[in-house]
Amino acid sequence: MDVGTLTQQLVNALTLGAIYALIALGYTMVYGIIELINFAHGDVFMVGSFVSLWLLADFFGLRGPINNPAELVGVLVVAFVFSMVVMGLVGVVIERFAYRPLRNAPRLAPLITAIGVSFILQNIIQIWRGPAQLNSPQLINVQAGFRVGSAEVHWISVFVIAIAVGLIIGLHLFISRTRMGRAMRSTALDREAAQLMGVDINTTIAVTFFIGSALAGAAGVVQGLYYGYTFFTIGFQGGLKAFTAAVLGGIGNTTGAALGGFTIGFIEVFASQAGYANWSEAIVFSILILVLVFRPTGLLGQPTAERG
Amino acid sequence: MSDSPVTPVLRTVGLTKQFGGLIAVRDVDFEVPEGSISSLIGPNGAGKTTLFNVIAGLFDPTSGYIEFMGRRVVARPERSWLEPVLWMTGPAVLGASAYGAAVAGLSALVVEFLLFAALIVLIGVLILASVRPTWYVDGLVRLGVFKSARPNDMVAAGIGRTFQNIRLFANMTATENVLVGMHDQLRQNPLDAVLQTRRQKREESEARREAARWLRYVSLRGHDDDLARNLPYGDQRRLEIARALASKPKLLLLDEPTAGMNPSETEAMMQLFARIKSELGLTILLIEHDMRVVMGISDRVTVLDHGEKIAEGAPAEVRADTRVIEAYLGKGAI
Amino acid sequence: MRRLWRSVLFLGRDSRLRAWLKPWTDSLNTFSKGHQSLSVVLGMAVVTTVLPFIILFPPFAGFATQGDWVQGFASAGIFVLLALGLNVVVGLAGLLDLGYAAFFAIGAYSYAYGASPFAGTHFPFWPLLLVGAMVAALFGILLGAPTLRLRGDYLAIVTLGFGEIVPVVFRNADTYTNGTNGISGMYRPALPVTGTFLGLNPVPYYITVAVLVALAMVFLYRIQDSRLGRAWMAVREDELAAASMGINTVTTKLLAFAIGASTAGLAGVFYASKVTIISPDSFGFTVSFTILAMVVLGGMGNVWGVAAGAFVVYEIQSELLKQMNGFVEHLNLPPINLGVTTIDLAKVDFLQYQFLLYGLALVGMMLLRPEGLFPNRRRRAELHDVDDAEAANQELVEA
Ligand SMILES: Nc1ncnc2c1ncn2[C@@H]1O[C@H](COP(=O)(O)OP(=O)(O)OP(=O)(O)O)[C@@H](O)[C@H]1O
Ligand SMILES: [Mg+2]
Repeated sequence: MDVGTLTQQLVNALTLGAIYALIALGYTMVYGIIELINFAHGDVFMVGSFVSLWLLADFFGLRGPINNPAELVGVLVVAFVFSMVVMGLVGVVIERFAYRPLRNAPRLAPLITAIGVSFILQNIIQIWRGPAQLNSPQLINVQAGFRVGSAEVHWISVFVIAIAVGLIIGLHLFISRTRMGRAMRSTALDREAAQLMGVDINTTIAVTFFIGSALAGAAGVVQGLYYGYTFFTIGFQGGLKAFTAAVLGGIGNTTGAALGGFTIGFIEVFASQAGYANWSEAIVFSILILVLVFRPTGLLGQPTAERG
Repeated sequence: MSDSPVTPVLRTVGLTKQFGGLIAVRDVDFEVPEGSISSLIGPNGAGKTTLFNVIAGLFDPTSGYIEFMGRRVVARPERSWLEPVLWMTGPAVLGASAYGAAVAGLSALVVEFLLFAALIVLIGVLILASVRPTWYVDGLVRLGVFKSARPNDMVAAGIGRTFQNIRLFANMTATENVLVGMHDQLRQNPLDAVLQTRRQKREESEARREAARWLRYVSLRGHDDDLARNLPYGDQRRLEIARALASKPKLLLLDEPTAGMNPSETEAMMQLFARIKSELGLTILLIEHDMRVVMGISDRVTVLDHGEKIAEGAPAEVRADTRVIEAYLGKGAI
Repeated sequence: MRRLWRSVLFLGRDSRLRAWLKPWTDSLNTFSKGHQSLSVVLGMAVVTTVLPFIILFPPFAGFATQGDWVQGFASAGIFVLLALGLNVVVGLAGLLDLGYAAFFAIGAYSYAYGASPFAGTHFPFWPLLLVGAMVAALFGILLGAPTLRLRGDYLAIVTLGFGEIVPVVFRNADTYTNGTNGISGMYRPALPVTGTFLGLNPVPYYITVAVLVALAMVFLYRIQDSRLGRAWMAVREDELAAASMGINTVTTKLLAFAIGASTAGLAGVFYASKVTIISPDSFGFTVSFTILAMVVLGGMGNVWGVAAGAFVVYEIQSELLKQMNGFVEHLNLPPINLGVTTIDLAKVDFLQYQFLLYGLALVGMMLLRPEGLFPNRRRRAELHDVDDAEAANQELVEA
């Protein structure tokens, strides 16, 4: 592999990883706070891509790249804010009706509900937009870019990576600096103790779902911009890989989730480069299994203490 | 070396257990003489339950070890990385030779056979590692690999226990709870069950009779078919004891068995302990906060504070110990 | 609202009909308690004999010919077997396995290697049933042994991953599996008296699967009431306490995994011999989730309940939804305009929405009636709050 291809593939890997990282954050946040693998989270991402498709293609009537920079920025801001808010609210509604009633039920119950919610979301989209793959307007010209040595770097990749990194830093600041962030951390550590210290558990969990789902919504917008299409089952595969990323980084650990996302991106891109594109899923899942077996706490996770 | 005249059933040597930054048990040397009732006391958070859990095989100690009946059963794991390496050697060698055979152009049959053999060996090794029969564990020890006993190994070795906050199988009946306690005593295998062999039928009916006997022994006659969750609190504690006794232990660990009981219930419990000791010949180690129980039935009392052993001896000696009084009432109380 | 729903769902729990039936149900209960295996066999015999006569009832007669019905029942039997096996893992041992179809695939491919022109082999069907079950069990152990130490929800993800990997392997390892085209032309089973089963005559398959289901049920009931069954229950209730009572939790869960997998392997062999063509796409995650929905709907942990749940779900998906398409088209409903979009029910293919139904059913069941449609009394107690548990206990004492 020459230097040009290598750079090219590094950029691809980073872009793909950025999308996984955005989705993985939602898994990790929800798991961190209520120890639930939110199977429906991948589908929240998928719905997000459809919401942004609806806004851009149907509501604004856009079909292709926007060349006027001011207009482009304006539309992008609206698209991200809209999709993130809508998906955040969807996440809150899901939590309220599907998971909250089961907070004290056996662990199996909310897991099964989550699978059910995942089906429901997929089918709602299927009813709404049909089962076919739909094209999404690629507002940023995907051909435009600049050269680094012999490699071609597209602006869209730079944009995707920047958005993801920006959101991840924002999330980090939110969790470490704000009052709500502190409430989230203390609830994750010990829900009962947090409650005794005056944290409103229900609000805190709802906010966690809002943020996690909003990030998936952002990933949904990115999906449309970067790939130019969406499909009602992309949530399943994407979600599973993102979950692997979350586990790889140490579930419950937001930095880990971001790192895990980029790692999975690298693995996938370089597996394809090596001619194993068909096997990339198998490779990702094999890694998941190996990580869980040999280092269940993930790369950055702290071993959690069991209670006697 | 041992200062007690009777041989100890259980001995901990330099036992330390650390949770992150917190040292819950610190360098505890402690013995339980055979046939005794020993008590472990100390203020809240002293590390009593943690010590129990380490003894019962729930946690690996940070350092130190535990001997039960003269055998070292629990210690910090040593060279545990060697075990997975050993598992992988067989399949890896076979897999590599399959690859070699393919490269050397041997017939596909040979390659497939080697791959198949690798798979079978791998599965065999995995089963071995899950079941962990004694010869396998002993073999590992000879290679310098030491893994602490797991809770079920400790039951097999002869330790039965109850929990501070009752952990019955809430949705199983009293009888079934006791039958689970007898798990290790039963010899039937799944095939027996599927074929309903004579051995299976005999063992099941005998086991049910024995379960009923254990329930009577702890005065739970007539509650056989009640779900554990529906029993009154005191009866749940008794059921937990019956369940522990059903595994025919040599040493019984009781974590605050009289917590939350009124004086007359407590009195009945103390009588039960005395009977267990005299009739069944068991050694009992109990954690207790109720000083009447401790002083009334213990042969020997050990006091923990902040994870450290601060006093040990006959009940009367311990009661007079200034460090113990300090630990309970705070400095300056005397 | 919740109360109302509940009372609707629990309808019949103390109705007059029930009181009237009580003497009969009671004596049936005592009989089935004392002669569990016999009553399973009798029950299955009755069900197997009665089902084909569904053709005598007006709405069903119009749906399909008797032969097609029986054909459908034989296929339903495959899912009943699968659900019974998954019930061991999910219902009895409390482990969530989301890649169960992988073992089904392994069973089916085992048959393909044992009796197809592709593999150039032709071993008889009956021993291959056992072989398929054993191969699947081995893979169950291979997957379970390293992962069963993990927490329950990690296990769910690992099994989901495994369920994805297996079809990928079958799809991509062309030289051994014929890739996406799959393997076809499997030899059909044969019996000394009937000769080789024919594709057009579903009856031998129907009876074979009924026998397999009856056997599986008898075996599962027997295991449930043994040392292993109690260990499963204990592990499900409180793993730590179970370990502290001498149960080797890893082997116990491993056995659940292996027994569950072997049932799927059995179903896979039968399936391959019935459809005679298999491809990796028949064993995707949708199959795993369908089986899970069957188990949850039927009532986790209850053998008859799960079998009935699987049968009902299969018939809904394969018959009812198909009929719905025709029925709704006939209604000539005007398209519904929702502003954002319009929905034309006449154009909707209900078969596509079976997963919407499964989804709603899974969520609804967990929220309103977690014990399933045909609950196991004990499981009901476990999944509900205390007052319900007491009621359940009351029933348990009465029974
Ligand atoms: N699994 C665990 N992880 C982390 N810390 C633990 C764990 N178990 C116990 N601890 C801590 O170890 C210390 C000792 O606890 P332990 O339960 O052994 O005390 P105890 O003597 O049994 O107290 P009590 O009389 O209240 O039962 C406590 O500070 C406790 O918080
Ligand atoms: Mg304690």
